[in-house]
Amino acid sequence: MKITKVAKAGTLESNDILIMVSPKDRGIIELDIESIVMQQFGEVIEQVILHKVQEMGVEGVSIKAQDRGALDYTIAARVETALNRAI
Amino acid sequence: METLRRSMLFMPGNSPRMLQDAAILGADSIILDLEDAVSLTEKDSARILVREAIKTIDYSAVEVIVRVNPLDTEFGAPDIDVIARVQPHTLLIPKANEDEIRLVDKILTKIEAEEGFPSGGIKIIALIETALGLENVFNVIKASPRTVGVLLGGEDLTADLGIERTKEGEEIFYARNKVATVCRALKVDAIDTPFTDTNDHEGLNKDTARGKGLGLTGKAAINPRQIETIHSVFAPTQNELKRALRILEAMEEAEKEGQGVFSLDGKMIDAPVINRAKRIVDQGVRLGLISGEGGAK
Amino acid sequence: MKNLLGREIPDYIDGYGQVKPFQGSFSNCGVKTRSAVKLTSVLPKDQKVLPSLDDLFDRLKITDGMTISFHHHLRNGDYVLNMVMEKLAARGLKGLTVAASSIFPIHAPLVKHMETGVVTGLITNYLSGPVAEAVSRGRLTKPAIMQTHGGRARAIESGDLKIDVAFLAAPTADTYGNINGVYGESACGSLGYAVADAEYANVTVAITDHLVPYPANPIEISQIYIDYVVKINSIGDPQGIVSGTTKITKDPVALIIAKRAAQLIKASGLVREGMSFQTGAGGTSLAVAAELKKIMQDEGVIGSFASGGITGYLVEMLEEGLFRSLLDVQCFDLKAVESYRDNPSHQFMSASMYGNPHTKGAVVNNLDIMILGATEIDLDFNVNVTTGSSGVIMGGSGGHSDTAAGSKLAIVVTNLMKARLPIIRDKVLTVTTPGESIDAVVTERGIAVNPRRLDLLEQLSQTQLPLMTIEELKQLAEKITGIPKPIETSEEIVAVIEYRDGTVIDVVRKVKD
Repeated sequence: MKITKVAKAGTLESNDILIMVSPKDRGIIELDIESIVMQQFGEVIEQVILHKVQEMGVEGVSIKAQDRGALDYTIAARVETALNRAI
Repeated sequence: METLRRSMLFMPGNSPRMLQDAAILGADSIILDLEDAVSLTEKDSARILVREAIKTIDYSAVEVIVRVNPLDTEFGAPDIDVIARVQPHTLLIPKANEDEIRLVDKILTKIEAEEGFPSGGIKIIALIETALGLENVFNVIKASPRTVGVLLGGEDLTADLGIERTKEGEEIFYARNKVATVCRALKVDAIDTPFTDTNDHEGLNKDTARGKGLGLTGKAAINPRQIETIHSVFAPTQNELKRALRILEAMEEAEKEGQGVFSLDGKMIDAPVINRAKRIVDQGVRLGLISGEGGAK
Repeated sequence: MKNLLGREIPDYIDGYGQVKPFQGSFSNCGVKTRSAVKLTSVLPKDQKVLPSLDDLFDRLKITDGMTISFHHHLRNGDYVLNMVMEKLAARGLKGLTVAASSIFPIHAPLVKHMETGVVTGLITNYLSGPVAEAVSRGRLTKPAIMQTHGGRARAIESGDLKIDVAFLAAPTADTYGNINGVYGESACGSLGYAVADAEYANVTVAITDHLVPYPANPIEISQIYIDYVVKINSIGDPQGIVSGTTKITKDPVALIIAKRAAQLIKASGLVREGMSFQTGAGGTSLAVAAELKKIMQDEGVIGSFASGGITGYLVEMLEEGLFRSLLDVQCFDLKAVESYRDNPSHQFMSASMYGNPHTKGAVVNNLDIMILGATEIDLDFNVNVTTGSSGVIMGGSGGHSDTAAGSKLAIVVTNLMKARLPIIRDKVLTVTTPGESIDAVVTERGIAVNPRRLDLLEQLSQTQLPLMTIEELKQLAEKITGIPKPIETSEEIVAVIEYRDGTVIDVVRKVKD
């Protein structure tokens, strides 16, 4: 799928994550993660986001994530919502 | 064992934290809300979040009910399509009427077939909150064999009636009566409307007792702090339990001696009294107030 | 070397000295001595009041390398520590050790003094804010020494911690050095943490913004310990000293934890005539008090005392007749200050009386029930309240280890997960309180009882409380959160954690950036 506009989903509340997505050239996936549990779960968060991006067949996107301790299910849901909103 | 539905706790569908904690707050059922608790601009977000929550979170200790949006809005159909595919126990259908329940039943049957779920597995609770729905509640329940209960929505109902909603609740006396009676007739649960002042525990206690007194079997809660009070009202008292156990003991005695009708403490004990005693003991066992063997704890 | 808890600690730590390893909660007790105090007699015509801090410092012979002390009753509203340090820095002093019973965010200017070598040592029971951050990053020359409230009193009385000059922030002082904390703009109530400093420092100075004619009434700390009195404009910001009201949490998860904890207490059989109780001022802890109150009322039980830092909620329980007395080392809110001032049943206790293990019996020894918090707990029930999730210091024992050791039933109440972090770990990053003092951990998803307490386990098995092993509780959390990657630290030791008896229970190592 092709990202055509800027969109966001989620919040900065505790246990949530705010995802902002914007279009990028095909083949480029940019990821910028900021998290209160970066040391403990930074890699996991990255994996969950990239997995969702792949699963949805996104061609090129820049994702900025501000995490407030979201569990994987929330991360996946917010990324999906943001990407859906950006088509 | 049939599902115990003394309390149903509303939880906003777009709050990750509340979705994570919903199962441990003590309610028998949780209602993950996609309707009133979610703003129009976040309907898509909440729908996906609730779907992921049901897939991931251990809700085995509670009944998971999802309140979808009404089918006459643009959100209703996608809500059902997305949520039913992760198999919640039950859907709560707002502004329920006969046709809508029938339609939901059809959609669910189709999804269950597509997904290979057991047919009829996903249940329905009808939210009765219009005058038409209330007057037609018998047929609303009959519209789908999936329907396991009715939730009375006092706020919307009184709005539809154009009357004032009060703390005392005199204005919903008829509605409570009607819902309780019809539900009893059709053997489904009758859930009372929530009490909206979350700081007034005395008021909640009275309001819950009033509903129970009219035959309602459970109550919705809009705050976790209401659950304990609701459960205390719906739990059988120690005296009720003791008397019910004595009736059942006397019944066993009478059966051994081949008597059909018998008396206890000078009062005739017949089938309705025995059935009532059985219900109370059954509930006592389920609440852990008495052990399965029947001895009071 | 490894201490009893298996923590790897060097035999000798530069800037600290020879390490006495922790050997168990009561292994270092028995016959002890208190240190003799050096003092200068005050004669009939001597005046104690000095016109300004500059006059004071002209008079005091503070030299490089001395140890100066402060109490923390003005908490995050304290002006005195910063003011004194500013003057000493301006006078070019170096290598000072600051022994403050706690350090708060307001003490941020200390960081600058650490960097310029004015301050090279820090001894405290609780360390938060920018100073904690700076210590964690190795900005202090010597490792900080983290003590407990009882342990600090012990160290001062035994002579392990020698104070050259104690600066006592005094909400009210008279012209001859009698002090109380209950009157004045900066009233803070009990001055329990200041007592050992006053009694054992070589020189003691009262710094006040409320100088009253002799004699002050009441007298909490006596003139016989005070060398000088200095009046300044303001010793603190009332906003940061005491909170207006302490409210019980409305968070449903915290309330569930509190209810379970209260049920556990009831099942333990400790809700009985003459019972005693202590809890922190945190949301969940205070909610336990509220739940316990209901049980006490239902059972018609009157307790002997509640102790520790006192909140308005405990004052209400006293006034409602649920406890006969409060033993107060520190007041947390205005209601507590007023009650402490006006109600004779609301009594004073010093830090030493509260928790010093080397006395003829501390109050914690008489404590039945103690409610504690935790940042991390491990499978041996060791508790960390010193370092946070990133390895940075964000607290300290305070009275945690003292009360845990003394009480009959020490319960940790905590969410099983905070944000995404599971609270139960294989090993805590830093041990503040040893697991042998902890009897049970109560979370919203289950309760784990320390296997050392088979009696308690037996009692609880009669209830419907959700009991599980600490391992099960850990797995339950990790199933939800995932397994966190451990924090990486370097070898450099930035703080030494002393148990209440002065032995070393653990060290804090510098965080990696």
